[in-house]
Amino acid sequence: MTSAILVSILMTLVAASTPILLAALGELVAEKAGVLNLGVEGMMLCGAVAGFAVAFSSGSTTLGLFAALLAGVATAMVFAVLALSLNANQVATGLALTIFGIGASSLIGAGFVGRTIPRLGPIFPAALSEHPWLRVVFGHDILVYLSLALVIGIGFFLRRTRPGLILRAVGENDASAHAIGYPVIAIRYAAVAFGGALAGLGGAYFSLALTPMWADRLTAGRGWIALALVVFSAWRPGRLLVGAYLFGAVATLELQAKAAGVSFLAPEVLAMAPYLATIAVLTMMSLGRRTGRLDAPACLGKPFSAV
Amino acid sequence: MNQPREQIVPSRLALAHISKSFPGVKANEDISLSIAPGEIHALLGENGAGKSTLVKIIYGVQQADEGTISWNGEPVAIPSPKAARKLGIGMVFQHFSLFDAMTVIENIALGLDEAVDREELKARVAAILESYSLPLDPDREVHTLSVGERQRIEIVRCLLQKPKLLIMDEPTSVLTPQEVERLFSTLRQIAAEGCSILYISHKLSEIRALCDSATILRAGRVVATCDPKVETTKRMAELMIGAELRKIEHSKTAGAGAVRLSVTGLSLPGEPPFGTDLEAVSFVARAGEILGIAGVAGNGQAELLTALSGERLAPGPATIQLDGKAIGQEGAGARRALGLACVPEERNGHAAVPDFSLADNGLLTARHRVPLAPHGWISRGSVKRFADSVIKLFDVRTTGYGALARSLSGGNLQKFIMGREIGQQPAVLVVSQPTWGVDAGAAAAIRQELVDLAAKGSAVVVISQDLDELLELADRLSVINEGRLSAPRPVASLGIDEIGLMMGGVHGAEAAAHA
Repeated sequence: MTSAILVSILMTLVAASTPILLAALGELVAEKAGVLNLGVEGMMLCGAVAGFAVAFSSGSTTLGLFAALLAGVATAMVFAVLALSLNANQVATGLALTIFGIGASSLIGAGFVGRTIPRLGPIFPAALSEHPWLRVVFGHDILVYLSLALVIGIGFFLRRTRPGLILRAVGENDASAHAIGYPVIAIRYAAVAFGGALAGLGGAYFSLALTPMWADRLTAGRGWIALALVVFSAWRPGRLLVGAYLFGAVATLELQAKAAGVSFLAPEVLAMAPYLATIAVLTMMSLGRRTGRLDAPACLGKPFSAV
Repeated sequence: MNQPREQIVPSRLALAHISKSFPGVKANEDISLSIAPGEIHALLGENGAGKSTLVKIIYGVQQADEGTISWNGEPVAIPSPKAARKLGIGMVFQHFSLFDAMTVIENIALGLDEAVDREELKARVAAILESYSLPLDPDREVHTLSVGERQRIEIVRCLLQKPKLLIMDEPTSVLTPQEVERLFSTLRQIAAEGCSILYISHKLSEIRALCDSATILRAGRVVATCDPKVETTKRMAELMIGAELRKIEHSKTAGAGAVRLSVTGLSLPGEPPFGTDLEAVSFVARAGEILGIAGVAGNGQAELLTALSGERLAPGPATIQLDGKAIGQEGAGARRALGLACVPEERNGHAAVPDFSLADNGLLTARHRVPLAPHGWISRGSVKRFADSVIKLFDVRTTGYGALARSLSGGNLQKFIMGREIGQQPAVLVVSQPTWGVDAGAAAAIRQELVDLAAKGSAVVVISQDLDELLELADRLSVINEGRLSAPRPVASLGIDEIGLMMGGVHGAEAAAHA
């Protein structure tokens, strides 16, 4: 009995962590290329509503996922044109993108409020995905496995491959990268598009997998958590995984504690717990190391224009 | 070679009648030069003489309006740096294109035009490091390296492409004397293996030591081609600036003036992680004299300057006295107001704010002594007039007081900064590396200004690594070594053997640093 509860808690934990992890991984790549896109929340909401609308109209969650990905990229491109081609301030543009995303998703989603669609299902056969305890490993949908594969994939890409090296170089010193002959702006466009794609998928996770029903602003600020995680993880995918799952874990425990009627803590304090725990743990992880000065890409947020 | 009738080996690179104009300026006019295989050829000229334009044309960054370039006897077009590298032209820029947070090997990989397998690249880099005996750890991150080590990364980047012509743009302007020696032996080895080197520098003594021939540019034209080993340094400098070099006029009264700055037993821990502790530094600087402080970089010069400027406070008020007033605990602004002006060695970012205009940079330090901001309100007119007068008096080549500090060349910015401080008529001027990276004409002007300032009754303290400069300028000379300052000796009475002893102290510091 207790093991069944434990399994169900673990399943909830993974589900709560995945959208944050996806969005944060995308932002990590964009920031490694030197672009600070604060519009994650907005891109997630656009992905969420596009995914839901297409899945609702077509009846296919797969098509919904593609739509979410494209919607994320499209929103990111709005940012890219303004911030990279027109050299608008990245912070202001990112904030505007989030406000835009909130409004656009409300407008498009107005007709869908309360509608439901079939939930994004597990990818393994029922024998595995509904097994009493094997489902902890095999019972998830495709985005969960994708996000975990991306942690390894992005880590390998950035550390071990030449394109990854060039991407980091662009974020580290745009002028030098340009002087050597790399197309700084084009590389940043690609990184921002990748970030938008993952943010779109992260948003769609809310509308297609977590709660297959449309509600306004259903990402509930998770885009901001993803942004903060990127910084606290010192731009490392492995730490991002730890941070996202830690946040998911404490958020799940908070729900359990509420459900169990824990009364010695005010519900507001419980609601704070995931944020506090994540910040505390990630800060401690950064403390033990050499000075954190060089963690951030040196050109993060700086506009670049080739003379 | 299918040209048997050619009796002599064709030049590695030959330029014929190269001209290049920009709106309003003829940067290069009818320039011809040729470099033989294995030759080290110097390109000499003042700031603005057209050296960088010429080099950019050779490296494919810019295109000549007229003239031809021949490579091994064949006329070629060099439309891009990539095309230049393909021909076998490598270039080490004055400003490195490096990535601080990445390792040496990653930086080298980024500089290559094509992808090379990591292990193979490591092996090739290791082979180059070994054959040129260059000390460099491929796995260190760049921000932990010295300037000399960073330059080696750029050199290795070039050598990996097996160049036939290596262009070095002002390579020694940021190096310590030991690093210069090491660079020269590397360059000699590269040349001995048949690679030609085009060496751009202001430092005539270095060109004499290194180069086989020299082309001297002035105002975009070739004024002379000579053998630097035969020609005198003075003659080359005169050719370069087009006028007879002024001899520094020393004042006769030096050494007898009243004590203006006195430092007694100044001890200060160095700033981690690489600082040097100052240990009981004592000296006095008198009205009318120039006190020189020699020493190899990193022996406490930076700490001494920040302690004198007031960026770091002395342990006790009486440790530093200005005209008898204890100022050890006063901050930088208060010290300036009292007449102690300091010029640090780093121009952009320390002596000047790169993104501020010259006028605003003038205001920042001069407001304490010149009424630029009476009652706390900035008087724009006075600020502009002050900046204008500095620009005029010190012959700063710029578009005007509104130009950003970062847009000036190193030498011109240094002239502006020196002018800003001297224009305030300070009681004491402390200056670090006053002519670093400044061309000969400007350097002579700056030195003369220092001498003139002293002659008017100020005390001048010059901290420099350039012993020649100190011997020319200073009335008395001290050596700083591992944070300790030797007793000053009058320069006039210094015998050759004593200078040797002082140099011995300097070299002793190097031995200690390597131990």
